[in-house]
Amino acid sequence: MADTPNKIPQTEPHQSWTFDKLTNSQIRRAAATGIYDIRGGGAKRKVPHFDDLLFLGASVSRYPLEGYREKCGTDVVLGTRFAKKPIHLKTPVTIAGMSFGALSAPAKEALGRGAGAVGTSTTTGDGGMTPEERGQSKILVYQYLPSRYGMNPDDLRKADAIEVVIGQGAKPGGGGMLLGQKISARVAKMRCLPEGIDQRSSCRHPDWTGPDDLEIKIAEIREITDWEKPIYVKIGATRPYFDVALAVKAGADVVVLDGMQGGTAATQEVFIEHVGIPILAAIRPAVQALQDLGMHRKVQLIVSGGIRNGADVAKAMALGADAVAIGTAALIAMGDNDPALEAEYNKLGTTAGAYDDWHEGRDPAGITTQDPELMKRFDPVKGGQRLANYLTVMTMEAQVIARACGKSHLHNLEPEDLVALTIEASAMAKVPLAGTNWIPGMDKF
Amino acid sequence: MESIKYDLAKTPLREVNQFLHSDASVLNGKHIDIQNPNGAHNIAVGLKSEAKVNIHGHAGYYAAGMNQIADVTIEGSVGAGVAENMMSGRVHVKGFASNAAGATAQGGLLVIDGDAGLRCAISLKGADIVVGGSVGSFSAFMAQAGNLVVLGDAGEGLGDSIYEARLFVRGKVKSLGADCEVKTMGPEERKILVDLLSRSGHSDVSPESFTLYGSARTLYHFNVAKSGAY
Repeated sequence: MADTPNKIPQTEPHQSWTFDKLTNSQIRRAAATGIYDIRGGGAKRKVPHFDDLLFLGASVSRYPLEGYREKCGTDVVLGTRFAKKPIHLKTPVTIAGMSFGALSAPAKEALGRGAGAVGTSTTTGDGGMTPEERGQSKILVYQYLPSRYGMNPDDLRKADAIEVVIGQGAKPGGGGMLLGQKISARVAKMRCLPEGIDQRSSCRHPDWTGPDDLEIKIAEIREITDWEKPIYVKIGATRPYFDVALAVKAGADVVVLDGMQGGTAATQEVFIEHVGIPILAAIRPAVQALQDLGMHRKVQLIVSGGIRNGADVAKAMALGADAVAIGTAALIAMGDNDPALEAEYNKLGTTAGAYDDWHEGRDPAGITTQDPELMKRFDPVKGGQRLANYLTVMTMEAQVIARACGKSHLHNLEPEDLVALTIEASAMAKVPLAGTNWIPGMDKF
Repeated sequence: MESIKYDLAKTPLREVNQFLHSDASVLNGKHIDIQNPNGAHNIAVGLKSEAKVNIHGHAGYYAAGMNQIADVTIEGSVGAGVAENMMSGRVHVKGFASNAAGATAQGGLLVIDGDAGLRCAISLKGADIVVGGSVGSFSAFMAQAGNLVVLGDAGEGLGDSIYEARLFVRGKVKSLGADCEVKTMGPEERKILVDLLSRSGHSDVSPESFTLYGSARTLYHFNVAKSGAY
């Protein structure tokens, strides 16, 4: 007998997987404004990542090193190919390029303090080198960008290394963007632009196109700096095998490879989430290119994009990287997106951990802003100390794993130390699916 | 003036450039002649003293790149990016210049007697450029500040997405880029033009024969209504 009409059992409301709440809110936002969404940060979607890899550790067939007792080296030398003065770092965790403009001057200072305290490098960004940053950074990498904002040969000479930026993981093929709220008088002067305008940075270098030109451009920078400084080439992860091979051919000392999880100060959401590949998928082809050219460990590889802890560092290095770079993680260590500021994030219509409107310059943590009042909230000494602590923890965590794998240096970690938890990660990282000897796409390993 | 001669057929470029980076006390007031450049790239890059350099022949890419203070003359033609990112000083090309001449230059004066190729004065950031001949397409793309004077014609898309640079063109402009428009030349702009003509050996040319182009400033802020222009 049928139930009475008012007692018919209802199914649970079924939210569409395709038209989920986030998607629907994006459609409504686009319909209301007529302009695409701009935000900071890297890809937020779930992609195969280092979490999908595990270390095997030592047992009967491998011999571990004693934790805290036996030496496990972490130092790295970058720029051994051509530079007269290579860079010596005590930890392979470096600070990625982030601009003065995107970040406040005190935040840049804190990056320099934190990196300097643990013997690693920090990197300028689009907009040039500030005295605060140079003063507080023991080892400073100067980015040479398509926009050439604030590009000054005196700063090239003051740098410890020079990074020719071709692209970044969040937006390979795209230029920078800094909206008017952050083009303060000082930022405008450094970039030679009218104050308060929405600034677009070029996506291509103005005076060269293609790998043959790049070779001449690198030679020019070497000539200007008398062949002293390591020259890095930074690429967004897209076609890593070919891009790394061409960077090496063009004369790079170091290649920086940035995956889609790597952050940007601001670009279109659609760009961040749909262009470029995860760092996990990019490392092995990049290392393969170096090996095919006989240049692995001669041209150093720095990888970035979603590095969060010592396990990520160890995994990246086991796959063949010489060092890593962190950006977003460094900002979080310094206090970005801290739940202690939840009430203020709520006022901005977001929540701690999800705040990504860095381009609007209203960061309650005082980091991604040019607002003098907000900047005052951030203490560069304390921020630098927090970053130094975090970098130390990451380095020690990587050592814990390396010792467990019987390695006396982080650089001795190797793909054979790893297995994958998923078929996707196995195929991308070219390490076997855990408990099997199977790597998709390879006959044997 | 004391003259020093280098022959690039005999001395490696790196050695010549390293000498050109010597302290100002060594180089100030010196005249350096570079023979047999044969189109080599990166000649006389990164200079930072009051030296006078003459390159006797054709130079390749980035001749006098990032120049500061020095006075460099190329007695021939140059490849791409001559005087790119120049900060100050003077670079004079007696022949023709290839693409991206004076790219991103922040200061100083670049004089090109012949024609310049594509993207001349791209992302110009404050320098002055005088071209005796014509400039190719997409010149002064995203030019931020400074002055470009062209005695001949300009190609397509002149001054696309221009910021506050001034473009003085005597001949025909094939087409203007997005947000670039004809401006009225006031006394201040006329004075700048007269000065640049005089400093580049064109005092006989009438400033009245030039048209001034600059930014319409309609793309300074993102604007949905202008999306077709991007």
